[in-house]
Amino acid sequence: MSTLVATSAPEARSSQGFRVAMLLPGALVTFLLILFALGLVLFLAFRGNDGSLLGAGFTVANFVTVASDPLYWTVTLRSLIIAGLVTLATVVTAYPVAYYLAFHAGRRRGLLLFLVTLPFWTSYLLRVFAWKIVLAYNGVLNSALIESGIWSEPTLAFLNTPAAVVVTLAHAYAPFAILPIYVALDTIPKSLIEAASDLGARPFTSFRRVVLPNSMPGVLAAALVVFVPTVGDYVTPALVGGPASTMIGTLIQAQFGKANDWPFGAALSVAVMLVILCVVLVARFADRRFGSRT
Amino acid sequence: MSIARTQGGGRWLGVYVVAYLVFLYLPVLLIPLFSFNNSIQAAFPLQGFTLQWYATLFGNSALTGALLNSLVIGAIAATGATLCGITVSYMDLYGRSPLAATISAIARLPILIPGVIVGISLLILINLIGLGPSRIAIVLGHILVALPTTVVIMRSRFAAIPKTIREAALDLGASDWTTFRRVMLPLSLPAIVSAFMLAFLISFDEFIVVFFLAGTEPTLPLYIWSQLRFPKSLPTVMALGTSILAVSFVIAAAAEILRHRGLSATAPRPADPSQPKQTKRGELQWHST
Repeated sequence: MSTLVATSAPEARSSQGFRVAMLLPGALVTFLLILFALGLVLFLAFRGNDGSLLGAGFTVANFVTVASDPLYWTVTLRSLIIAGLVTLATVVTAYPVAYYLAFHAGRRRGLLLFLVTLPFWTSYLLRVFAWKIVLAYNGVLNSALIESGIWSEPTLAFLNTPAAVVVTLAHAYAPFAILPIYVALDTIPKSLIEAASDLGARPFTSFRRVVLPNSMPGVLAAALVVFVPTVGDYVTPALVGGPASTMIGTLIQAQFGKANDWPFGAALSVAVMLVILCVVLVARFADRRFGSRT
Repeated sequence: MSIARTQGGGRWLGVYVVAYLVFLYLPVLLIPLFSFNNSIQAAFPLQGFTLQWYATLFGNSALTGALLNSLVIGAIAATGATLCGITVSYMDLYGRSPLAATISAIARLPILIPGVIVGISLLILINLIGLGPSRIAIVLGHILVALPTTVVIMRSRFAAIPKTIREAALDLGASDWTTFRRVMLPLSLPAIVSAFMLAFLISFDEFIVVFFLAGTEPTLPLYIWSQLRFPKSLPTVMALGTSILAVSFVIAAAAEILRHRGLSATAPRPADPSQPKQTKRGELQWHST
C-alpha cells in the first residue's frame, strides 16, 4: 500500500465528520439488526416461556429438552443428512461446469456465466413451486410418463418424500455453487498447469495433483453457501416434503407460529447456529490445510 | 485460454454443460408453459392455448395490493441496502480502521445464517422496539438480506478503480468527501445501479424472512404462498409466476450487463494483487478478508 501525504490539521475535522457519516449506516445495520438481534435470540434461549415477549427467569430447560428429546435428534440428523446430500450433489454437479467455464469456454464464457447466474435472481418460492407441479400425483412427471406409455398408473412416490426435498433443494441452490468454484479455478496461475504438463504429468494427474487441490478453497466456499441455507430451510419441506421430511427449520418456524414457544424456538436456533459454526470451523481448517492462495 | 491436451475432454464437458443448463432452466420454464394451458391441472397432454389465467390477474384487489406493497418495500429496501453497501465497502477499503473492517465483515455475515434464524431474530427485535410486524419491519429485514450482495458488488467495484485516481484527487487538495462524491461515486455508478437493481430483486422475491415480519399487508411472495393451498388457483399462480419471472429476468439481465460494462470501462486491473479480481456474490468474505 502506498504511503499518502499526511493531511494538514484543518482538514482533519471535516475528515472526521466524513468518517462518522460514512460509518454510521453500516454500523447501525450491522450492530443493531445483526449483532443485537442475534444476541436477543441467545438471551431468549435461556428464558422460560410465560407468553411474554422476552420470557421469564433464567433456565437451561430449553436446551435440556433439545438435547434429551429423541424427536429433535431425529429431525436435526435428518436436516444434516438432507443438507449434506444437497451440498454434495450441487458441488459435484457444479464442478465440471465451473471447470468448463474456467478452461474451455473461450468466447462463450461471458454468455455462459450469465446463463448460470440468471436463475440465482429468480424467485426461490417459484423454483420450489415448479417442482411441486412436476412431482404432483396428477402432475407433469406422472402425466408425461403415462403419456409416453412408460407407466400405466400415476404414482404417489414422487411428492412428499425426503428425496423430493433433496432434488428440489439441489435445483434451487444449484447456481450458488458454480461461481465460487469458477473463481477459484480461474485464479489458478496457468503457469502451474503448464509446469505440470512440462514435467510430464498426464492431464488427469495434473488435474488431480494441481488443479483440484488448488480449487479446494472455492469448493469449500461453495459447499458452505449451499449448506447454510438448506440446513435451515422450511419452505421446501412444507411444499414438497410431506410429514416424513420435517426439518429443523420447520420446527423453529412452528415455535414462532402455532406452537408459540419463542424461548424454545430460540434455543433450537442457537443449536442450529452451533452446528453451522462447527461446519464453518471444519471448512476453515480444511481451507488452511489446502493452503488458501487468497 | 484452453489447454491443448485436454481439448477432447472439453467437447464432452460442453455437452455436460448444456445438459446442466437444461436441468437448471427446464423446471422453471414449465411455469410459463402451463400458464398458457387451458386446463386447471399442470399435466400433459397440453389442452390448448388460453390467456384466461392472465385475465384473472386483473381486477384482483388483494393481488394489486400485494404487488404495490412489494414494489414500495423493494424500492425502499434496495435504497437502504445500496446506501449501506456503498458506505460499508468504501470505508472497508479506504477507511483504514479496524471498525470499518469489522462492520464490513459483519455485513456479509447473513450469508452464514439460515433465513429462518434471520427472520425470527428480527421478529423478536421488532416486537421489542414496539414496531411489530409491519411494512417497516419488512424493509429492515430486506435491507439485511440484500446487504451481503450490495457490499460484495460495491467492494469489488471500488477495488477495481486504480488507487492512483483517488490518490491524485486527494493530492490535488480535494477533501475526503469531495473525492468520494466527485471521483469515486461517478466512477462506480454502473455498479451502484446494478447493486440497487439486484437488491430490489432480492426483496421482491424474498419469502423466508418476510414470512415472519409481515403484518396485515402481504407482499407478492406471501400472496402466492397463501394461494398455494387452493388447487383451483394454481393456474392463476402460474400466470402470476410467469409475470414475476419475466420481470426478474429482465432486471437481472440489465443489472449483469451494467455491472460488466462498468467493470470493463476502467481498463486496468486492480493495482493491488491481494484484491480479488472480480468478486461475485458467490465469493464470500471467505477469500477477500
